[in-house]
Amino acid sequence: MERVISVRHTDVLVIGGGPAGLNAAMAAVDCGAEVTLVDSADRLGGQLVKQTHKFFGSKREHAGTRGIEIAATLAEKVGSHPRIRTMLRSEALGYYPDGVVALEQDEKWIKIKPKRLVVATGASEKFLAFPNNDLPGIYGAGAVQTLMNVYGVVPGKRVVMVGAGNIGLIVSYQLRQAGVEVAAVVEAMPQIGGYAVHASKIRRLGIPILVSHSVKEAIGREQLEKVVVWKLDQNWQGIPGTEIEFEADVLCLAVGLSPTVDLLWQAGCRMAYVPELGGHVPWYDENQRTSVETIYVAGDAAGVEEASSAMLTGRIAGLSAAMSLGLGGDGAAQLEVARKELAALRAGPAGEKIRAGLAKLRGSGVVAC
Amino acid sequence: MTIICRCEDVSLEEIRRLISEGYTSIDEIKRLCRAGMGPCQGRTCRHLIAQEIARMTGKTLAEVELPTFRPPTRPVKLGVVAGGEGDA
Repeated sequence: MERVISVRHTDVLVIGGGPAGLNAAMAAVDCGAEVTLVDSADRLGGQLVKQTHKFFGSKREHAGTRGIEIAATLAEKVGSHPRIRTMLRSEALGYYPDGVVALEQDEKWIKIKPKRLVVATGASEKFLAFPNNDLPGIYGAGAVQTLMNVYGVVPGKRVVMVGAGNIGLIVSYQLRQAGVEVAAVVEAMPQIGGYAVHASKIRRLGIPILVSHSVKEAIGREQLEKVVVWKLDQNWQGIPGTEIEFEADVLCLAVGLSPTVDLLWQAGCRMAYVPELGGHVPWYDENQRTSVETIYVAGDAAGVEEASSAMLTGRIAGLSAAMSLGLGGDGAAQLEVARKELAALRAGPAGEKIRAGLAKLRGSGVVAC
Repeated sequence: MTIICRCEDVSLEEIRRLISEGYTSIDEIKRLCRAGMGPCQGRTCRHLIAQEIARMTGKTLAEVELPTFRPPTRPVKLGVVAGGEGDA
């Protein structure tokens, strides 16, 4: 019997069912597009489901609501929509020159040829190089959040947290809420990267935040027993004699995220290295469109930011993708609203880094790859 | 030991040795020691290797040559690709 390897068609294919992808799918379908949404997990929501804290920002981006509740609302809307085909346990594995996206679902190789593609694949955690960094007990902050907030399991008894950005601070607080001791928060930068409101909460609990410090080494036989940190000089080198030793069975790394952009590289999108956006990101315009006309990017894959902005860049990408197909109705007006909201969200001091990153990306200083 | 590639168990020592022998692109290092060829396809170690190359050669991170990105982004069984989807 001859095997038929068929190709499915869709107006807009959205890869990633996190805050950006869910919003892109909703925006595109509301414009009249027929949408396929794929995600490698067995449920929608992406990292939102781990976020048990309440969001800041504007009401429209669900301020005051917990991430997990936002995920539930969005997932319900998208999952039950008659014109969105949701494919779970489906990992997008390749983008081919003929515009076909290949994915694997339940050991089946599926090919989809969309008219427009929205890449909302998020970001992956960065890791650190230090002696014995493979000891059991050393986790990424994402893993700790999954263990605690999704499965209800604490990672250990006493934690050293590396990274005083928002993730490091929030996870430290959540660890304390779960009854886990946090020995210290260590930050390589000379200042705290996260919001002051989160840092103050940590300090009020009596947890020291050591800036200009990093991990020198992990110590332990079968598993982590101690963490040695030391002070860094201005060239990020450890200063001998400044070591501090903490007894800990967990070392949690919250040292930043890298955009997941493999598919965009494969698609030949123009890429640039912009540290403020988390590393290599595709070039894209104000409509989230990349240098490949049919491909859009949203959320952390476009530059590491936060869930509120991911929801907006997702909506912008979804609207733009549908409008470029001649669909839309009042799409233009909605696009205008979303762009204004995004600008407002990024206007404050917390948006400084992303503004600088975008200026670099769009400006002349970018080295195109 | 300091591990750089968790999937393929490649140490910092080994990466540094290769760089000092003149292998200063991620692709060369990957081909010689398999760093980045495991289940995560370099998502964790790529950045650390790039940092090490930058440190030892004096290049900036932006100047470090990245590997070529090809499908599939994760290892996949040959049978899955060969089997296709059948009639959809």
